[in-house]
Amino acid sequence: MLDFVQQTISGVAVGCVYGLIALGFVLIYKATEVVNFAQGELMMLGAFLSYTFIATLGLNYWLGFLACLVCMALLGMLMERLVVRPILGYPQFSIVMATIGLGMVLRSLAGMFWGTDDLRIETPFSKAVYHLGPLVIAADDLSIIVATALLCVILYAFFRFTRMGVAMQAVSQNMLAAYYMGIPVKRMFASIWAISAMVATAAGILLAPITFIHSNLGFLGLKAFPAAVLGGFTSIPGALVGGVIIGVVETLSGFYLPEGFKDIAAYVVLLAVLLVRPQGLLGGAMLKKV
Amino acid sequence: MSYLALQNVSIQFGGLKAVDGVSFAVEKGQIFTIIGPNGAGKTTLFNLISRLYAASSGKIVFKGEDITQVPAQQIAARGIARTFQNIELFDNASTLQNLLVGRHRHSNTRFFEDLFFLPRVRREEVEHRRAAEEVMEFLRLQRYRDSLIGGLPYGVRKVVEVGRALCVGPELLLLDEPSSGLNVDETDRMADWILEINRRLGITILMVEHDMSLVSRVSDRVVALNYGRIMAEGSAQEVQSHPDVVAAYLGA
Amino acid sequence: MSFRIRTGYEDDLRLFKTRESAIAYGLLLAVLLAAPFLIGSYFLSQIVFVLIYTIVGVGLVLLSGYAGQTSIGHAAFLAIGAYTAANAAKYGVPIYVYLPAAALLTGVVGWLVGLPALRLHGIYLAIATFAFALIVEEILARWERVTNGNEGMMIKPATLVGKPLGESGLYYLCVFCTVVVVLLAVNVIRSPTGRAFVALRDSETAARSMGVDAARYKTFAFALSAGMTGLAGVLYAHKLSFISPEMFTLSLSIEFVMIIIIGGVASIRGAALGAIFMIMVDPLLVLLKDGLPGLIGRISGSPLLQDKASVLLSAPGVKSLIFGLIIIFFIIHEPMGLDGRWIKLKTWLTQFPFYRPATFRRQKMYLKSERGR
Repeated sequence: MLDFVQQTISGVAVGCVYGLIALGFVLIYKATEVVNFAQGELMMLGAFLSYTFIATLGLNYWLGFLACLVCMALLGMLMERLVVRPILGYPQFSIVMATIGLGMVLRSLAGMFWGTDDLRIETPFSKAVYHLGPLVIAADDLSIIVATALLCVILYAFFRFTRMGVAMQAVSQNMLAAYYMGIPVKRMFASIWAISAMVATAAGILLAPITFIHSNLGFLGLKAFPAAVLGGFTSIPGALVGGVIIGVVETLSGFYLPEGFKDIAAYVVLLAVLLVRPQGLLGGAMLKKV
Repeated sequence: MSYLALQNVSIQFGGLKAVDGVSFAVEKGQIFTIIGPNGAGKTTLFNLISRLYAASSGKIVFKGEDITQVPAQQIAARGIARTFQNIELFDNASTLQNLLVGRHRHSNTRFFEDLFFLPRVRREEVEHRRAAEEVMEFLRLQRYRDSLIGGLPYGVRKVVEVGRALCVGPELLLLDEPSSGLNVDETDRMADWILEINRRLGITILMVEHDMSLVSRVSDRVVALNYGRIMAEGSAQEVQSHPDVVAAYLGA
Repeated sequence: MSFRIRTGYEDDLRLFKTRESAIAYGLLLAVLLAAPFLIGSYFLSQIVFVLIYTIVGVGLVLLSGYAGQTSIGHAAFLAIGAYTAANAAKYGVPIYVYLPAAALLTGVVGWLVGLPALRLHGIYLAIATFAFALIVEEILARWERVTNGNEGMMIKPATLVGKPLGESGLYYLCVFCTVVVVLLAVNVIRSPTGRAFVALRDSETAARSMGVDAARYKTFAFALSAGMTGLAGVLYAHKLSFISPEMFTLSLSIEFVMIIIIGGVASIRGAALGAIFMIMVDPLLVLLKDGLPGLIGRISGSPLLQDKASVLLSAPGVKSLIFGLIIIFFIIHEPMGLDGRWIKLKTWLTQFPFYRPATFRRQKMYLKSERGR
């Protein structure tokens, strides 16, 4: 039983990272109907940048965090402008492939720039552990969970209470109508990409202490797809819940099931959900109007 | 017994009753028109008849057969074809190919026959093309035969969609706002075609239409719908002068 | 300028629309048949790879280009074909039995994968297919009794009536299979099935109202495409004579999709062009690595820059970088692929000097919601 709880906690921590990446998918998909297969690579870049700022340049952890967010927000906007905007309205298939291509480019560039060795950063809470009765909770795990919760509150407040957040919601619901209402749709798209890149960066930096930073870190993004699908692909809390479910299922199946199941558990869950409830656990069914 | 009969048909989306207990009967050979303000449930009614939506309650009977549970893809085989309000053509295919899809219910070949293009496929294919060619001649679409739909003007696409529906070889044709987006000349021509389809090809027509001059020119019978319920039924004049209809349109 | 005048309904049903194209394709086939006598084994084996990629490309063109279903998991189908061949060859089954059998088996698996596709659209389908591919990859690594796990499997050389097939024998087998697959694909496209695919792709609602059974056609498209890929898998296994799970990864699936993006999504000819392009990337890359640094060194006159360039070009990520850039380039600037370029060139030649670039100008596209389709 203790094992179970212990594993569940670390599963939740990993799941929060999946959830954050999935959140990035959902933000972009909601607003632009682009599924960004390069979201995992954005996370990877965020982690690499944090290495540069914190380990190489010796910046303070929090300052480095902030610098990464700014850089990645700019990069997100740049990607939107260069790759995504020209293909808005193309068939879904083309868009998926374009973002896959984008991911490949980012991954190879990162490999060329930072090399292929495993890198690590030190955080203020590295190696600390808390004891909660018989349970042992690593500070790194805890930091992920707390930061994710915090980020959620911030995003919720942003979309609920700020002018820009509400405008973004309008764009995501009806682009044309939003445009007629005088909302600068293009700028909203760029902002959405910036926000999404920042969320991915946060995920990357939070994840950095518990795994190594490597150019293949982006493949974790593929695990976030099941999370997003589970959550219905258009729901922000859904993405996080989906991420946590995937994280827990994965960790538990790694612990209790034979070797090999850990890697595919997320996808088995995904296929099962798609078969039973294609709109995801939290999504609503929609009909096309004719 | 009526040709097409709706008996107390309803559909609900969430809390909204889009169609609420609608009953009417279309007789064979009629041109039957549904009018009503936007959001009255006209297109929903069409989608119910062509089974894209499932009725929450009520019955739809066509030629004595209850089609309320028939899958959408088998409706064409029953002899019901339709057009769509906002044009649902196959944009990246030519006019001819679009019409040939309309012939789909007449092809009897199996996958492996298609795969090897056996003589039967070839024979049927020639037959499909002859039929599509006839429809094209009827609607004067020959000059657009090999043009991609995506590049055709709206008015032509509207006609192509009617052509595709005719290729199904229907006994009942559902036209969803045939004149929307057309100019005066095109509307006039559309009216001629509707009459000709009805009189010469003997096809019963059920249509949704806003243009009252078109409605009164072609319709044998009209129902007016509002908030998913029938307000009035009768000849075009009767319905147009019905106080409830006037009120609904003028918003009084 | 030339016009084609049709005189009967049969005209559009012919395999070759004009006498010229019949002659051109006849010549192509003749060259392919004569190739083993004309060129060395390196080029021959490159052509074999092109043919294998063409078969996969044709399968994907039917699935994605015509039926409008996304798959980024085709490497799994290739793997199923390849492992079927490896096992059948192990027990001495003749190739003329397991070649069609593997295609059939893969087709059945494809049909099964197509079942969830009925309820999924666009992005969900893409995700489901890659989840399927990842699961297959894991099964290949773990089901050691059949696949020999991560160690991989040697494939016994194929034999035909007791005699080993040999290099040129395999080549001719590939040519034969490619011709058959292309013919099948052309047949599907010009028959009601192909039209039903297109109809489902462009408007499923309208297709259903015209009597097209979406479920049947979508699953058939998957089965057909998978079957073709499985066939290619058999040839692939024999060509490489060794297979292991890490050969059938997500990046191979992506390479397959690149074939049709580069070639043109809805064109059989495009599949062949795309396959040629993909196979040529590797030799070109080698050429680039050998030549470019020297050239840079000579132009700039600085050996330091030359070294930098050669280090950069031999970094492990270069190929993937170039692939990524190619994908983005083609999607943004040439959505019709090489085939579209070819058509433009042909039009330019036949209409010279009256050609206007506006003929092919695309209409502006607006964000069209695919949600709730």
